Amino acid sequence: MAPAGTCPLAHTRTIDRYFLEHRAKVIDIAAFLDRIDRSQPPDNGREDFRLVAFRRTLEILTDGRGDRAKRVLEMLSDHSVEPIERAPMQGAFGAVPPPSHTGAAGKGGGR
Amino acid sequence: MKYVDPHAHMVSRTTDDYERMALAGCVALTEPAFWAGYDRGSAEGFRDYFRLLTHTEPRRAAQYGIRHHTWLCINAKESEDVALARSVLAIIPEFLTAPGVLGIGEIGLNKNSKNELLIFDEHLELARRFGTLVLVHTPHLEDKLKGTRLIMDAIRNQGIDPGRVLIDHVEEHTVQQVLDRGFWAGMTLYPETKCTAQRACDIIECYGRERIWMNSACDWGVSDPLAVPKAAMEMRRRGHGEDLVRRITFENPCTFLSQSPNFRAE
Repeated sequence: MAPAGTCPLAHTRTIDRYFLEHRAKVIDIAAFLDRIDRSQPPDNGREDFRLVAFRRTLEILTDGRGDRAKRVLEMLSDHSVEPIERAPMQGAFGAVPPPSHTGAAGKGGGR
Repeated sequence: MKYVDPHAHMVSRTTDDYERMALAGCVALTEPAFWAGYDRGSAEGFRDYFRLLTHTEPRRAAQYGIRHHTWLCINAKESEDVALARSVLAIIPEFLTAPGVLGIGEIGLNKNSKNELLIFDEHLELARRFGTLVLVHTPHLEDKLKGTRLIMDAIRNQGIDPGRVLIDHVEEHTVQQVLDRGFWAGMTLYPETKCTAQRACDIIECYGRERIWMNSACDWGVSDPLAVPKAAMEMRRRGHGEDLVRRITFENPCTFLSQSPNFRAE
């Protein structure tokens, strides 16, 4: 983790500058999770792999350790090392699908 | 403020965007070949695209005093069709001597497949043979970490000087290893994927100002041709000085790109 003081803004100024924006983002996340709870249940009764990964990343935010952005990205990454046989699609999901997953291309990250 | 946007897909943008970029201080940009949003059907389609990149766009940019440069390749998304990819690779040398062509790019991986890696390697061989710079696209989202490592290994195996390779779309989980291995690193400023202006500033604060730049990668998707000057504004709002802003948005791109005799910032 980079040492304290690498951002030139003072502590309170940093909060002044960014608090409302990130307050809104936290509420967006809360509303997103509520929306999922209110949506129609999945056909297979299992929680989507993206949501499972998403919930795990939330734990990083409150564990009190640094490098949160890096660790969230690592948690959402494929850690295998060998190239795959053939590209199954052109898009990406944002989280690592289980081997059995045969869904359509994920939204986003398409270019 | 004078700046360089080292990654912008201007074929997807209107002339108004050239004007806005010029008004914001853009003096030069580089445009990598990329995926059109659909798979092209033939190598001839790429020949037309390369003519657009090497002839039409420089003229459009020049109307606003912006120097246009380009990179040539077939995108990794279209590399599963190895026969098509090889037929495109065969026509690239016809364009490598055109004014403003900097090298091979944006090559790389998309889903980290064997065919993608094969065609990536053949692009590298072309770059090595012609002694050009290389601009590398790293995969999206969950595929980026693995793909970045495969890419760096392939470049090392080709014996290409990492100081002549820019690895683009780095984020917090890839930037350190890219810099540690001697490559240049690019941060792409997108509102939803890749890197926001705030995170780009965080990365500069955490990983330093050496061998790193920012770009808009503006294209046909959600993107902003003014992303670089907006990120510069974010740096200033945090209290960073003009020397750092200029270093990241002008001097660093010029230092890397000037390794090609075809690059001119002004």
